Amino acid sequence: MAIHPPEKRIWWNEPLERSEVTWITIAFIWGLVMFFTMVFWHFTGEQNLSNEAYRIHPETFAERTEAMADQYTVREEGDTGIPVVHPPPGSDVYMLARLWEWWPILELEEGKDYRLHLSSMDWQHGFSLQPENINIQVHPGYELVLTLTPEGVGEYWVVCNEFCGIGHHQMVGKIYVVEAK
Amino acid sequence: MASIADTGTLPRAAEFRTCPDTGLKIDLAAEKLIRWNAVVAVVFLAIGGFFGLLVALTRWPAVHLLPAEWFYLALTAHGADVLLFWVIFFEIAILYFASAVLLNSRLAAPRIAWLGFWLMLAGALLANVAVLQGESSVMFTSYVPMQAAPHFYLGLILFAVGALVAVAVFFGTLVIAKDEGTYEGSVPLVTFGAIAAAVIAVFTITSGAIILIPTFFWSVGIISHIDPVMYKVVWWGMGHSSQQINVSAHVAVWYAIAAMVLGAKPLSEKVSRFAFLMYILFLQIAAAHHLLVEPGISSEWKIFNTSYALYLAVLGSLIHGLSVPGAIEAAQRRRGFTKGVFEWLRKAPWGNPAFSGMFLSLVMFGFLGGISGVVLGSEQINLILHNTMYVPGHFHGTVVAGTTLAFMAITYLVVPLIFRREIMFKKVAQWQPYVFGLGVAGISLFMMGAGTLGVSRRHWDITFSDAPVAFDYPGTAFLMMGLNGVFGVLAALGGLMYIVVVVWSVFFGERRTEEKARSEPLLPQDGAAAVATYGSEGTLKLPGTITLVAVFFVAFVLYYFVNWKFLSEVWPLS
Amino acid sequence: MTDTGQDTRASDQPAERVPFMQRLLDNPFLLLFLGVAVPAVLYLMWGIMEVAQIPIAP
Repeated sequence: MAIHPPEKRIWWNEPLERSEVTWITIAFIWGLVMFFTMVFWHFTGEQNLSNEAYRIHPETFAERTEAMADQYTVREEGDTGIPVVHPPPGSDVYMLARLWEWWPILELEEGKDYRLHLSSMDWQHGFSLQPENINIQVHPGYELVLTLTPEGVGEYWVVCNEFCGIGHHQMVGKIYVVEAK
Repeated sequence: MASIADTGTLPRAAEFRTCPDTGLKIDLAAEKLIRWNAVVAVVFLAIGGFFGLLVALTRWPAVHLLPAEWFYLALTAHGADVLLFWVIFFEIAILYFASAVLLNSRLAAPRIAWLGFWLMLAGALLANVAVLQGESSVMFTSYVPMQAAPHFYLGLILFAVGALVAVAVFFGTLVIAKDEGTYEGSVPLVTFGAIAAAVIAVFTITSGAIILIPTFFWSVGIISHIDPVMYKVVWWGMGHSSQQINVSAHVAVWYAIAAMVLGAKPLSEKVSRFAFLMYILFLQIAAAHHLLVEPGISSEWKIFNTSYALYLAVLGSLIHGLSVPGAIEAAQRRRGFTKGVFEWLRKAPWGNPAFSGMFLSLVMFGFLGGISGVVLGSEQINLILHNTMYVPGHFHGTVVAGTTLAFMAITYLVVPLIFRREIMFKKVAQWQPYVFGLGVAGISLFMMGAGTLGVSRRHWDITFSDAPVAFDYPGTAFLMMGLNGVFGVLAALGGLMYIVVVVWSVFFGERRTEEKARSEPLLPQDGAAAVATYGSEGTLKLPGTITLVAVFFVAFVLYYFVNWKFLSEVWPLS
Repeated sequence: MTDTGQDTRASDQPAERVPFMQRLLDNPFLLLFLGVAVPAVLYLMWGIMEVAQIPIAP
């Protein structure tokens, strides 16, 4: 039994039964398939997270975000007057996370590429784009740069899905996707 | 090696008793340690389970029990108490059982083992105090720069040091048993599984020490900065690997229960031990599952580590997935249940909670926890699942349906064999694995469903009622979270049944005397004879197990590719 | 150390040599070394190097 020592002193030389060999072979090949699916997706798939990242001071990132907002704000929204920013397609767009908001609101054109920069001012936050359900971790002191192509005109929300303290559940941002001009 | 074992102790004249059920020689010092570690484990399960119920009731949108502050406190306490304290105390009991008891040996250095026990207990209590004081609601993961009170980290460090001491006693006992020749040849398979768990525990605790000690100094102001990405890499070396200790331990428990209840023998020592070797080498690197959407870590690192080195550790699990039910089928067929494909399974001892708990654990770990873990851990698929409810859905399938249910199941053998008490409330005990299993299956499935719809984990209010920007998840998501609450209550009921049965049996149960052990044997008397031939070549054909494995494999492949399809439909990003 | 202990005890099959893989699996301390070294190198060290190499923003 499994709770007693093996009866045969030399058990490594036991022959294997055919069904076991078959299963081990299938399972091994399946592992290779799953491994190479991830590799393959880097070449053929359209959803791969960028590895472009930098160390950055939160103040520097905030300055760059504010510079973008100053230049491209089209209107303000809500009681707190959050700017809605419409940067030109193909440009660098910034969204910063802080306790407890995503700033600013972005207005992007459908089907255009944007270089989106994400970073946090304080703690870790989770960029969770809804209802698309794209989820990316946002760290303070690190800037992630990814190329994003919005699809589908409408309203999208950015929920924070990394616990960031008592106001965590109030932290919602927004992205508008509008028709390309 | 002998010198390691002897550190701090002179060879001690151990007192033994002979177990009337198994014929094993049991060191009384080991027995006492097993009892106390198991009892404390169950206490933390009760505390952690209670907090879990509060969490489930708060995330049930129609109930929304706790205010935000208490919710995050309860969630932190739930994570620490069950993910660390319950499972690791119980695992230490398993390590002592698998070394001293199964090897007929005395336990190395019982006084040092007690030191480990008290350190673990002090640490666990200290961490609980810190959390309950309300200044350490940082979640189980305590990601920096969010800061907990210093004694929160100190508690975890003490606990980890205590656990390391216990693991050292385990390794010392292996040396003593070998030196004193208490067993012939190789260690039993269950002990080998425990070795795998202990090895992973050493890596786990070391990673924990590397990161928690500086974090403690940071919390008292001696160190000014902890890098948040670096913290996460090392922290998950502890956080995820600690769950890999569970996997190795509960697989060992599956083998142990199959052996003790049905007299099942491993189909092949070679294959099962090779599978555990894959765990030892590669299971731990899957801590990368938590870092797939972090900035700045290369895809090479992510793919290699998240895949457990080309899925070799998954290969290990898939092997156990054949060899555990296979061993049961072989034992049952030898016993004469040979009709059709599934008579062996239909006529299995479903009324014995040790067996039913074990088998439910096996099936649910595979179908719920295992498949979802591989999907969630695929580099790109993680983009659509990271930090959603899918994550707790997955690990309630592994740690609760898999580990906790397996540990509950073996308790029904540990109480009569080690505590020498009869299981009381037999009817309640019989139903317990089913109630708990059904509850956990529901929790796991509905959390995963909600996660697929985008619902965030660790979130107090998915209606965002007081957020400046209004947002609502789809109605189906609310339904899923409601069902999660209902099944959470059911799981809590199953947990309560377990605790009532165990506490009552241990403290007030009828003593299991030697006469009783003779008249009502716990283990099958025909066990050894039933499975006379040994090794794969001698086993019967196993059509039932092959059918089960085939169904599992088809489900795995389909579900895997369905998720790639889901991924392909979201916004392109690169 | 491992095989000497075993060989003396396995008196029923004194002539048969214990295969390499079995000797590996019978040696918990070798397994301990491998089980700590492999993830320490592949996961921890490689991972820490990855993080340490992230450049400073232009």
